[in-house]
Amino acid sequence: MTERKMTCIICPRGCRMTVKYENNTLIECKDNFCARGPTYAKNEIAAPTRVLTSTIPTDSKTVPLMPVKTSKAIPKEQLFTAMKLVKTIRAKAPLKCGDVIYKDFMVQGTDLICGRNLKV
Amino acid sequence: MNLHKQLVVIGGGPAGMAAAISAKENGIDDILILERGEFLGGILNQCIHAGFGLHTFNEELTGPEYATRYTDRIEALKIEYSLNTMVLSIKKDKTIVAVSRDKGLMNIKTEAVILAMGCRERTRGAINIAGSRPAGIFTAGTAQYYINIMGKTIGKKIVILGSGDIGLIMARRLTLEGAEVKTVLELLPYSNGLGRNIAQCLEDFDIPLMLSHTIVGITGKERLEGITIASVDEKLTPIPGSEQFIECDTLLLSVGLIPENELTTDAEVEIDQRTSGAVINENLETSVEGIFACGNVLHVHDLVDYVSDEAARAGKKATQYLKNGITKNEYKNIIAQNGVRYCVPQKFEKLTPETPLFFRVTTPCDRRFVAVFADGEAVYKKREAYLTPSEMQIIKLNDEICEKLNKATQISIELI
Ligand SMILES: Cc1cc2nc3c(=O)[nH]c(=O)nc-3n(C[C@H](O)[C@H](O)[C@H](O)COP(=O)(O)OP(=O)(O)OC[C@H]3O[C@@H](n4cnc5c(N)ncnc54)[C@H](O)[C@@H]3O)c2cc1C
Ligand code: SF4
Repeated sequence: MTERKMTCIICPRGCRMTVKYENNTLIECKDNFCARGPTYAKNEIAAPTRVLTSTIPTDSKTVPLMPVKTSKAIPKEQLFTAMKLVKTIRAKAPLKCGDVIYKDFMVQGTDLICGRNLKV
Repeated sequence: MNLHKQLVVIGGGPAGMAAAISAKENGIDDILILERGEFLGGILNQCIHAGFGLHTFNEELTGPEYATRYTDRIEALKIEYSLNTMVLSIKKDKTIVAVSRDKGLMNIKTEAVILAMGCRERTRGAINIAGSRPAGIFTAGTAQYYINIMGKTIGKKIVILGSGDIGLIMARRLTLEGAEVKTVLELLPYSNGLGRNIAQCLEDFDIPLMLSHTIVGITGKERLEGITIASVDEKLTPIPGSEQFIECDTLLLSVGLIPENELTTDAEVEIDQRTSGAVINENLETSVEGIFACGNVLHVHDLVDYVSDEAARAGKKATQYLKNGITKNEYKNIIAQNGVRYCVPQKFEKLTPETPLFFRVTTPCDRRFVAVFADGEAVYKKREAYLTPSEMQIIKLNDEICEKLNKATQISIELI
């Protein structure tokens, strides 16, 4: 069994939890303020995921970059591969905040989406 | 150009937008937002990471997404705004001088003003590092602007001085962009950033955080070539013999934010030395009648959600002032002491549950009670497991507590 400190990253409170686990299975989680803490710890031990945010070039003169994010968290170990894929994508106006710019990004069912409006 | 506006909001960041929206929704139509940048949204436009809006929208948005929610609302409500417009001065009588790219010089007479100019970063000048002055030294926010708005590369081997949130966020961003972030140095024995940012921006990428360290020398003629660091003692002075050289081409300074208050001082508004923002009452009104302040220009916030809430209250209070005038009598000060660095509002006439008390502690501490005293009686008491200066704390008062505070003459907020 392993015991370690883990910071829950789900909300800004950032609880500093003590977690015990064995073979990628959570046994105990302490010092979490709410129930989302143990859920985070469980995923973090088994298969950590993160939302990726980045920017992609646009064809607009006034707004050179479009901020983008993954619609869901993707496996943490894929972040750098995902950045390579991000670098191949361009944004073409018009676009609206929330529009899908790349479907099934890295993981099926996860999209890369636009973070702002872009007028022609 | 001379004009008259009932309400002018200075700054089109989240604070300015929320204040204008709330004033409009409360019945003021003659509103103008003045923003010096090319877009509404303020600092949010360059904060492309997720972490905004958990309280307000119950989901984790990126900065630009959060800003879009408000800009869409501004458009829908047809609130007038002027971009590329820099306010040069405000006088005590609430007249504003601004200069705009397409309208030229503007003299604006107003009945009420909301200050929402945000804050700016402390620079190297403010922290004094010895050595040469090569290229490659940026504040973390400037670097963020170059990378996230302009799409420029700033360097390959990076050191970050200061463990504030902007520095941490930039450490991750630069790493994902392919740069090598060698270390984050922090003068104090604890970090000023949120725990979640240390976890997901540094630990995720094995970037070392060196606490109690500072820079004692800078090397490089034209471009930065490296820095010399040293550990510091309890008095924060470098320990001789602990120096080490780190090769790097870029240094980011993330050493804190200060409210941007030149205009505020210009209007003869009283400033609180601890927050570097205006002294306000429970209505977010400054010492000058009809001038209100909210957001980072008032005190540095860590969370935009609190900025939006506070600004919406400022908009509502400005509306009440325009409609009824706010009658001022005697104010009572809220004294921040025994581990509490400041409290906003600093003074009040009559508190209601609508007004939260915001405060920060002086140093990190475990298991303490936060208490509000009214003439020696603890009318509010709450145990906190962990308190740190990097997290703004908030106290929500109920009717009963407000009544006691309104009756008392000596009010203080402290740790016990
Ligand atoms: C890098 C960074 C990361 C952050 N990360 C998070 C996070 O993850 N989650 C979160 O909730 N919060 C975060 N915050 C905090 C949050 O973004 C801020 O608290 C919030 O943006 C402050 O809003 P504001 O409107 O007061 O200031 P700003 O956004 O700074 O807006 C002020 C506006 O006023 C304008 N202005 C200033 N002076 C003048 C003048 N003289 N004339 C005309 N216009 C003027 C400026 O151009 C600017 O647009 C972060 C902040 C920073 C800086
Ligand atoms: S455990 Fe709950 S309160 Fe604590 S950081 Fe996680 S989500 Fe936030």
